[in-house]
Amino acid sequence: MNFTNAEKLLNLCDEKHLSIAEVMLQREMELSDKEQTELLDEMEKTFAVMKNAVRGAIENPQKSMGGLIGGEAKKLTIHREAGKSVCGSCLSKAIAYAMGTLEVNASMGLIVAAVTAGSSGILPGVLLSIQEEEQIEDARIVMALYNAAAIGYIVSHNATVAGAEGGCQAEVGTASAMAASSLTELMGGTPRQCFSAAGTALTNLMGLICDPIAGLVELPCQSRNGMGAANAIICAEAALAGIEQKIPFDEIVAAMKKVGNSMPCEWRETALGGIAATPMAKKLEKQIFNDSVNEAQP
Amino acid sequence: MEGTSAFEIIGPKMIGPSSSHTAGALKIAQMACKLVEGNIKNVHFILYGSFARTYKGHGTDKALLAGILGFETDDIRIREAYRYIGESGISYAFEADYAEQEIHPNTVDIIITGNEEQTTKIRGVSVGGGKAVIMGINGADIRLTNEYNMVFTTQEDVPGVVTHITGCFAKAAVNIAFMSLFRKEKGVLAYTVIEVDGIIPHSVLDNIRDCEHIINAVMIC
Repeated sequence: MNFTNAEKLLNLCDEKHLSIAEVMLQREMELSDKEQTELLDEMEKTFAVMKNAVRGAIENPQKSMGGLIGGEAKKLTIHREAGKSVCGSCLSKAIAYAMGTLEVNASMGLIVAAVTAGSSGILPGVLLSIQEEEQIEDARIVMALYNAAAIGYIVSHNATVAGAEGGCQAEVGTASAMAASSLTELMGGTPRQCFSAAGTALTNLMGLICDPIAGLVELPCQSRNGMGAANAIICAEAALAGIEQKIPFDEIVAAMKKVGNSMPCEWRETALGGIAATPMAKKLEKQIFNDSVNEAQP
Repeated sequence: MEGTSAFEIIGPKMIGPSSSHTAGALKIAQMACKLVEGNIKNVHFILYGSFARTYKGHGTDKALLAGILGFETDDIRIREAYRYIGESGISYAFEADYAEQEIHPNTVDIIITGNEEQTTKIRGVSVGGGKAVIMGINGADIRLTNEYNMVFTTQEDVPGVVTHITGCFAKAAVNIAFMSLFRKEKGVLAYTVIEVDGIIPHSVLDNIRDCEHIINAVMIC
């Protein structure tokens, strides 16, 4: 049971009366020759790493290697717990957990690259938040991760998920689409509603460039992970409300690829354009690397 | 691509911050160590391009040391690699080469000195997504990835050695998937990379070594 795009996956879902997650799990069983229970256990371990990262960011904040981030998830948590959140508990948690995961990544902690290390906060942000809010058992979150994997696979097969190739839209855009689809399925949405959410998520972030300060996976990557998580929730909410995405997912992926191909190299992870090229970013870059040159001297 | 696993999309589990600058760098050092026989006394890293410019911010230095120590890319000890390398007794040095431009931006040369003062210079490139390729050994261009089980040999560049090597595989009934030969100049040293689908029995390695023209043979699994 294999597929290469959204259309084929939707056909499989219709024919076999399966969810996206169920098709993806069966595909994995065929590819790996492993039993279903083994694959579910493996994904549960993956989810455990995500949870640990988020807990670490809140309980034991660390300064990042470049020193640009660290402690943001804790600040957001304190703010929310003081009853001051402007966006409500679900969204506030999603943002905090997504940004927290990026802190752990940037301080050499253990994370799950999903879809990349630079976009690793979005999926755990959204899924952990909804798990807490709705008291969902781990087994259902594990299936949601298979749903997300299907979306990520389709984008990586037909376009790219690397910032160096397609800009931030390819990394954070894809991760946001994965989270939007998995959240939709988790909340009872149909496979079509999942792709509606995923397509809107990718559409909302189309054109976003990759412009990391000093070339490090810190800023603006961290806040963009928060934004990617928020965007996923917005898109799932719309899809579940019955708002249909007019453009088919496969056409959106193709459009994203084209946009990525027309981006100059300055906007593709080289730290030569966008925010990375601002005078303040250049000053920060100089500080970070002067420090590193000095410290490298014995 | 149609065979992409769900765990390549939701994964790998890795120590951050960067698959190319952290995980990929670790893989290079790990492979470099496996190419060298015996104990290691000293490692000298020369970093180029983006590695040279951003290694500290990405923890590339710690990842390289962790690779020398044989840690995996999801080992939390990478963060404390300086402490662990200190405890191991292996000495190390880092050098950044900003001048070299005509090179892949994520390149590192690793000069490994063994207990008997023998040195091996290995060039590795982190090609993205945590994947690493060894591109050179002692000045000879080679190409070596860690996708298959393999045997790597260093031999005198004389007739009959390659037949000897392939004969050892035939004798053990091991099918060779890919095989490549490299050398820097004619008649001096040559290198062979033999990749196979299945498991390589230790007897193959012992038989390969049993030839006066074979200088070194190692197995990488």
